[in-house]
Amino acid sequence: MTVTEPTTEKREIGAARRRKEDQRLITGRTRWTDNIQLPGMLHVAMVRSPFAHARIVAIDTAEAEQAPNVVAVLTGAQVAGEQGGLITAWPVTPDQKTPDHPPIAVDRVTFAGEVVAVVVARSAAEARDAAELVDVEYDELPAVLTLEEAEQDTVHAHPDLGTNKSATWVLDSAQQGSGGDVDEAIEEARRNGVVIEREYRQQRLIPAFMEPRSFVCDPTGEQITLWSATQVPHIVRFALAATTGVPESKIRVIAPDVGGGFGGKLQITPEEWIVFLAARRLGRPVKYTETRSESLVSGHHGRDQVQRLTLAATKDGRVTGLKVELLADLGSYAALVGGGVPVLGAWMFNSIYKFDSYRFTTHNYYTNKTWVDAYRGAGRPEATYAIERLMTELAAELDVDPIEIREKNWIKHEEFPFTTVAGMTYDSGNYEAATAKAMELFGYDELREEQRRRRESNDAVQLGIGVSTFTEMCGLAPSRILGQLNYAAGGWEHADIRMLATGKVEVITGTSPHGQGHETAWSQIVADKLGVPFEDVEVLHGDTQISHRGMDTYGSRSLVVGAEAVVRAADKVIEKAKKIAAHMLEASEDDLEFRSGRLEVRGTDKGLTIQEVAMAAFHAHDLPDGAEPSIDGSATYDPDNFSFPHGTHLCAMEVDTETGATTMRKYVCVDDIGEIINPMIVEGQVHGGLVQGIAQALWEEAVYDDSGTLVTASFVDYTLPTAADTISFQTDHTTTPATYTSLGTKGVGEAGTIASTPAVVNAIVDAVRHLGVDDIVMPCTPERVYKAIRAGAGTGDATARDASALGGDAPRDASGQAHFSPGAEENADPGSTGSEGGQQ
Amino acid sequence: MARISVKVDGASYSDDVEPRMLLVHYLRERLGKVGTVVGCDTSNCGACTVHLDGRSVKSCNVLAVQADGHEVTTIEGISSGEELHPVQEAFRECHALQCGYCTPGMIMQAIDLLNENPSPSEEGIRHGLEGNLCRCTGYHNIVKAVQKAAGSDLEGAQQ
Repeated sequence: MTVTEPTTEKREIGAARRRKEDQRLITGRTRWTDNIQLPGMLHVAMVRSPFAHARIVAIDTAEAEQAPNVVAVLTGAQVAGEQGGLITAWPVTPDQKTPDHPPIAVDRVTFAGEVVAVVVARSAAEARDAAELVDVEYDELPAVLTLEEAEQDTVHAHPDLGTNKSATWVLDSAQQGSGGDVDEAIEEARRNGVVIEREYRQQRLIPAFMEPRSFVCDPTGEQITLWSATQVPHIVRFALAATTGVPESKIRVIAPDVGGGFGGKLQITPEEWIVFLAARRLGRPVKYTETRSESLVSGHHGRDQVQRLTLAATKDGRVTGLKVELLADLGSYAALVGGGVPVLGAWMFNSIYKFDSYRFTTHNYYTNKTWVDAYRGAGRPEATYAIERLMTELAAELDVDPIEIREKNWIKHEEFPFTTVAGMTYDSGNYEAATAKAMELFGYDELREEQRRRRESNDAVQLGIGVSTFTEMCGLAPSRILGQLNYAAGGWEHADIRMLATGKVEVITGTSPHGQGHETAWSQIVADKLGVPFEDVEVLHGDTQISHRGMDTYGSRSLVVGAEAVVRAADKVIEKAKKIAAHMLEASEDDLEFRSGRLEVRGTDKGLTIQEVAMAAFHAHDLPDGAEPSIDGSATYDPDNFSFPHGTHLCAMEVDTETGATTMRKYVCVDDIGEIINPMIVEGQVHGGLVQGIAQALWEEAVYDDSGTLVTASFVDYTLPTAADTISFQTDHTTTPATYTSLGTKGVGEAGTIASTPAVVNAIVDAVRHLGVDDIVMPCTPERVYKAIRAGAGTGDATARDASALGGDAPRDASGQAHFSPGAEENADPGSTGSEGGQQ
Repeated sequence: MARISVKVDGASYSDDVEPRMLLVHYLRERLGKVGTVVGCDTSNCGACTVHLDGRSVKSCNVLAVQADGHEVTTIEGISSGEELHPVQEAFRECHALQCGYCTPGMIMQAIDLLNENPSPSEEGIRHGLEGNLCRCTGYHNIVKAVQKAAGSDLEGAQQ
């Protein structure tokens, strides 16, 4: 690394390069998995359970088998021995209960939408027609449909486990020595300070990537090739080998163009395994492309937590303790990351603040619903929502500005590196700078003034300002830490650089982009590091035959881990080139320096370009003794730490107090993501992230009816925001380089989503707090806002939460603070009532 | 089976199709026009938007037989040779796409929108694209791209 740093010129890094990816994508020359047609290819249709929980009594496939052009009908019982199973990579505790997960259910279905039989036919239409003819006899079982029911543990999602609880995972600052005892802090605050107790609901969301999942398997080569619309081709390959008994070397997984993921394609799926199975059994290429309804029903969901929170503070607003108790719904199976998703929040509830004590507990439960796994942010949006709502509530309680209360508690810029109460060491950051810039861009004081005026004039449309100062941990992850946490894999990343004879450069990355623009950003990095033209760099990825080692793309890890591997591979190229160049130039290696793509003899005009050295290595006619005829470089990089982007997001919402309708007036964010490789791509990541987070606050929710059917199983009912629902944003940056990465980058993929949800809800609550509202359950639909205002108006005190929560809420004490007791009914699962879908 | 004759991206095709076959499946599976994609089953997402006789339609919402005797233009037919359509160019210039899955439909809808109103307001653009979903961009840069394209010359490139 030191080889390049002093002389590397920054020409490409930092430039708003237009993307290499776009030429194909804007002209329709795309390679989506569903585009693939192979000779003799067969098509698969799934027969899915209409019941949330049932025993499979019998499956009659006779009629389907007789249907035109049907080649095979498979049931779980038929293939039980060979279909493999779906594994979780993160059993969070040694005693975690994990049900077996067969791709095709064998004797019992555990959620509505689970595959019970598979029809293979010559066309997709014929397969679907025949799937209608499969007659399945079910014996319906009682189903667990809410976290509340799961916690009661009387009905079981998996009767043979004997409990719905998968695991309980605890992080305690007193126990691990990173802080004090949280119970003591809370007791002290009850006597002499302030205690804020709240229960928040993280509704169930659906990632809803635009490209439905599609899989094609061709078993006719020496390697079985699986094309998959996945974020994780390397993980899919490993897991297929590990669970089907097919040697890893006989499996090739290709992620061609992949149309979005957001965590939703960070999965090993039943459908993938089924296509692999069917192709092997039948010896012919097989394709399956899901419908949107199948995608919404069976692709994993996100979030779905109940958060019970206790914040202790002194009377002047310094937080002394935070106690977090989560109930997390895993759905009916432990997915790939599964129980680890809520655990990822453990280090983030304390966020940017200096708390004295902290305890995080998550109770992970199984229910008879679609499985839950990573969705953009994975554990961190949930944590950020909770703490940013709480800090705002603390400010309200003490009647100070929400920014002031944050400032009082956050880590000052001169205090970095800072080890938090959760035990994480933040390397760098400047919360003051980001906040100051955001406030200025936002016109904070002017908007506060307008808010005051509207309140005084009793305007029907009230204005609210929401603050969210967030941080996240990016760059999954140091393998050593993952090992300590029981995660089944490492967090390294791999890269190769091939220096071609003609001077062109191939960069092979183990990351697997699906919209992030790695081809462009990696080209910029390599162009600078090797001094070659941007256009001469070709970035290859997503095919295990080309990119043989990798950990794929998720958790804002690609740039901070994957690109660091690329940098190190480039260093190795230069090191190897130096040896050959020294020989060619008849100079000592020590006298050579690498500058702008040339290896030069210091103090002379003698030198060679790296391309000339590549050609010399290709000829190999005259190399130094012992030198191999190649200057290609490979590197596998394992980070030492996570990276910690942060930012300040400010949102202004207008709330019509007569109708409950909300309108976003302004949204400003200033993110510190360290050094920026391509500002245009970064802005795009932030915009998209913002809208996904805003959508959680305002529109989206996966709703189940009383029998466990997902009623939001189409885009008619699962309401993604449209262009007409959203506004243009003001985004900006401050830059505190990360100290653990050579490029100084921190990661940006999830930032917008993590920060925006609490900013929006804080703004809505702020608009109507004077009407007695201190919470509104997400998504904050006009109906919920309206009801909260009506409920709050009668009392003039903060009791609206009782009404805004759909079910019972805990009683409050005389001070107006919400409290809950261990026995109190939880904030009801919005999904439990089909009538209150929360959709507009 | 029904016999249809369709002009797609300037070329003439004649095929026997099942009456239930959707136009988008005809384009993708029979003609290999895989630039046009399917994103949902309920005509909400607009990923399959093409032009039928110059007006945008969701091709999952049109039967192939309904296109008989008509002219279809897809994302693959709007640039002339190497020269991109101004809306394509604006999408690249403004980073109005990430994964690119919604992009063909979004571009086809944007062209239709600009044909209707060559200088739309931001609100006009947002409403004009309401039937096309994008999960990556938050629409911010898509709106910018359409604004940019509105400022450039659409004549000539539009078929």
